Amino acid sequence: MALDKPYRDVPGTTIFDAEESRKGYWLNQFCMSLMKAANRERFKAGERAYLDEWPMTEAQKQAVLARDLNRCIALGGNIYFLAKIGATDGKSFQQMAGSMTGLSEEEYRRMMVGGGRPIEGNRYRHEWEKK
Amino acid sequence: MARITASVYTSHVPAIGAALDHGRTHEPYWQKVFSGYEFSRHWMRENPPDVIFLVYNDHANAFSLEIIPTFAIGTAAEFAVADEGWGPRPVPKVIGHPELAAHIAQSVIQDDFDLTIVNKMDVDHGLTVPLSLLCGQPQAWPCPVIPFAVNVVQYPVPSGRRCFQLGQAIRRAVESYDDPLQVQIWGTGGMSHQLQGPRAGLINREWDQRFLDRLIAEPAALAQLPHIEYVREAGSEGIELVMWLIARGAMNDVDRGAPPRVVHRFYHVPASNTAVGHLILENAG
Repeated sequence: MALDKPYRDVPGTTIFDAEESRKGYWLNQFCMSLMKAANRERFKAGERAYLDEWPMTEAQKQAVLARDLNRCIALGGNIYFLAKIGATDGKSFQQMAGSMTGLSEEEYRRMMVGGGRPIEGNRYRHEWEKK
Repeated sequence: MARITASVYTSHVPAIGAALDHGRTHEPYWQKVFSGYEFSRHWMRENPPDVIFLVYNDHANAFSLEIIPTFAIGTAAEFAVADEGWGPRPVPKVIGHPELAAHIAQSVIQDDFDLTIVNKMDVDHGLTVPLSLLCGQPQAWPCPVIPFAVNVVQYPVPSGRRCFQLGQAIRRAVESYDDPLQVQIWGTGGMSHQLQGPRAGLINREWDQRFLDRLIAEPAALAQLPHIEYVREAGSEGIELVMWLIARGAMNDVDRGAPPRVVHRFYHVPASNTAVGHLILENAG
């Protein structure tokens, strides 16, 4: 019998469950390696060569090189691990979160200061499909 | 015997730590956050605990995907401050309380909660930001801290019901400790926020306020909320709020005794991507 995953009905959201974790294991472990200053330096000095040391899929490597966080998440990445890439790039968590929304950095910041993204219209996938 | 004197609840947003560490607390944006904790710092000085039992989650710092413990109790003599990728926060190392931690582990495991015991663990902003908010910027933290890490990173996280029951077991454990220690239990994380995907930035003020109301007045009913309600209404990272139910479950009124006294309540949007909630409850008598 299939597992119940009601969270798949939440728009613009990927829940990092055991299945995602399995898909993203090496992508996330690569991110984890960036907690060491020496590894951050080696990554910055040659991103592709550093990524090639990890048994990640080519799609995962391309998503990292493009800093496409939505794509990274679709391929099993988790935001707390991906944040290590942002830290390496000198980006704040707000810049990283904003980069996934289609808003500019300034628009996202203004939205948050204005009270954040409202819940109305953002609960179910079908609400987004109408837009 | 030892007893739990109070429970403290607060968000643990990393940007709050960065604002403190970089001397930006006077900026209007941050003033609105820190003003909500002025009372709390005073209250901490007036009501110093002997030990803080601090419930928080690790954010891919102490635990990678190699090992994912659902509930992990820190039993070490001390805990280093993690380098999360930006360098470690310039805050004191955390001194543990190995005797009480070992006692709690033994009691709670025999009470059917299968804790992971951790003797070596760096602690991240989930633990140090609440300490900074309540204690300011001292040379050393005012008392020993027992770190209690909950997995809220990889789904499924423990249910609110399980967390609430665990809090009750922690209270039984504390009350069976011979030394007359005054223990505070802190629940951290939340409130509504989502850090990932096109829905990032979600905030649900009404839901958060209702959560605070119910945490105070009807925690057992609140503990029945299913995960999907947190995810849908409070954002994918809002699920951290299950950790508040551990602290609430440890209060006296849960199976006997008078309701706790609400000595402080604060709510503000935003700190970075997150709604900040904060509550102090004192046990009566």
